[in-house]
Amino acid sequence: MQDAVTTIAATSGSVAQGGERLRLIWRNIFPFIVVGAIWEIVAWTGIFPRRLFPTLEEVAASFVHLTVTGILPHHAFDTLVRLLTGFALAALIGVSLGVLMGRSRRAEDILLPLVSICAPIPGLAYAPLFLLWFGLGNISAVLLVGFVSAFPIIFNSWTGVKAVKEIWVRSAQAMGADDRRLFRHVIFPGALPYILTGLRLGLAQAWRILVAVEMLAAVPWGLGWLIFGARKFLNTDIMLAGIVVIAVIGLALEKLVFQKIENYTVVRWGMVSS
Amino acid sequence: MTETAERRRSFVRGALALLAAAAVYEALARSGYFAPALLPTIPSIAKTLIGSIADGTMIEHAAFTLYRVLFGFGLAIVVGVPLGILMARFTPVENFFLPLISALMPIPSFALVPLFMLWFGIGNLTTILIVFYAATFPIVFNTWSGVRTVNPIWLRAAGAMGADENKLFWKVIIPGASPFIITGMRQSFLRAWIAVVGAEMIAASDWGLGWVIFDAKEFLNADVMLASLVVIGLIGFAFERFVFGSLERMTVLRWGMMRAAKS
Repeated sequence: MQDAVTTIAATSGSVAQGGERLRLIWRNIFPFIVVGAIWEIVAWTGIFPRRLFPTLEEVAASFVHLTVTGILPHHAFDTLVRLLTGFALAALIGVSLGVLMGRSRRAEDILLPLVSICAPIPGLAYAPLFLLWFGLGNISAVLLVGFVSAFPIIFNSWTGVKAVKEIWVRSAQAMGADDRRLFRHVIFPGALPYILTGLRLGLAQAWRILVAVEMLAAVPWGLGWLIFGARKFLNTDIMLAGIVVIAVIGLALEKLVFQKIENYTVVRWGMVSS
Repeated sequence: MTETAERRRSFVRGALALLAAAAVYEALARSGYFAPALLPTIPSIAKTLIGSIADGTMIEHAAFTLYRVLFGFGLAIVVGVPLGILMARFTPVENFFLPLISALMPIPSFALVPLFMLWFGIGNLTTILIVFYAATFPIVFNTWSGVRTVNPIWLRAAGAMGADENKLFWKVIIPGASPFIITGMRQSFLRAWIAVVGAEMIAASDWGLGWVIFDAKEFLNADVMLASLVVIGLIGFAFERFVFGSLERMTVLRWGMMRAAKS
């Protein structure tokens, strides 16, 4: 899936003159103004009850209010901590299992059937089971996020290790690399583009699941819980503010974290073109 | 070692691993260390599964879930493919929709469930719309990039052979973009399948596989949960394998756009 923002950035790079740049910014903002205006009109006409369809000012006001009082940052912080813990767990286990499966035929034979049976079940379907086993709260949420996001990481690391060119391995061996150096200098860098793709997919998955899990697992803080709890009091403005924060964090994870990592590693090594 | 012997050994090892995992699970379940309500034995899960299929409840749940997922997915195709094609063919359309889509895409579909519940109530409409939301973006993106990457030589060749706009579109662009479109549908279906289970859990109605699992939690029916998990896994797997596999065979593989994977 091609990413839209990179495409826009790529086209903007070639026409980086002042006027052009302004036009580009305008072009990207214009659709939002149109949609925002339609939203405002619908909200003001009162076709829908104001409680359910707040104006943008109300959403902005509750966003500012929640941010200033520190409630929104607290929710966001807890969500991020859960995300990172679960994802770190998934990355650690996923990459090691995947690499092991790619390197050892025996591990592959044993683990692949298990992984392929568990992977196609939607992650959230496991949620009630995890809640029964590990109780409501943080442990369930983190474990489920880790469990679910491990699958794309395992699959991609496995494919990546298997896709390392045979000729690289053999030439490294011919030049006298031992097992450890073969792994560190040939197999790992060779598999890295795949592993990074897996991590990226895993993080996206973790993020999607986490929001839902927070709704189900009754955690005291968290963005998913914020929007779910707001439903009870018909606080649509708080819900929309929460959704905006979720969208911004999702976008930031993708743009700031993964593209940076990719630029530092595989692009610099010339494994993929930037 | 010959190829077949090696393959047989892989198969035996895989089967043994599955058996071993099942045996460990069974031993844990029978050890009495965990409450049997939380960790039912495999025979009891099987009995629940067969019982609920026999009396039709599981089939009805599955039918509701399938109806929701297919309705939403169909809607996503009807909206997503034309939108993707329009975006690829007309720059103003692309300029308008691309920023919007990029902003909406990182919002997990589940985040919208509470909002949709307030707006559209509990039940089919909310679930279908959530599925639609989850499924549309991959289709739009893949269609868009598929149409854009149609080999320009083909377009020029067809033009030189006197194809008009209409023919160019149906005979060159659509088949040329179809591998991307089908990949998009595949990704979409996967997301739709995830979304439907989640939406059914949160926006609880009376039927649906997601709802069964969540409802079973209240009564500690772990056997029902595991049985529904099996059904969910099987349906997802069947769609991936049979529906999209045969769709691919009928279209892009026959047209020689893509080679079948070796294994």
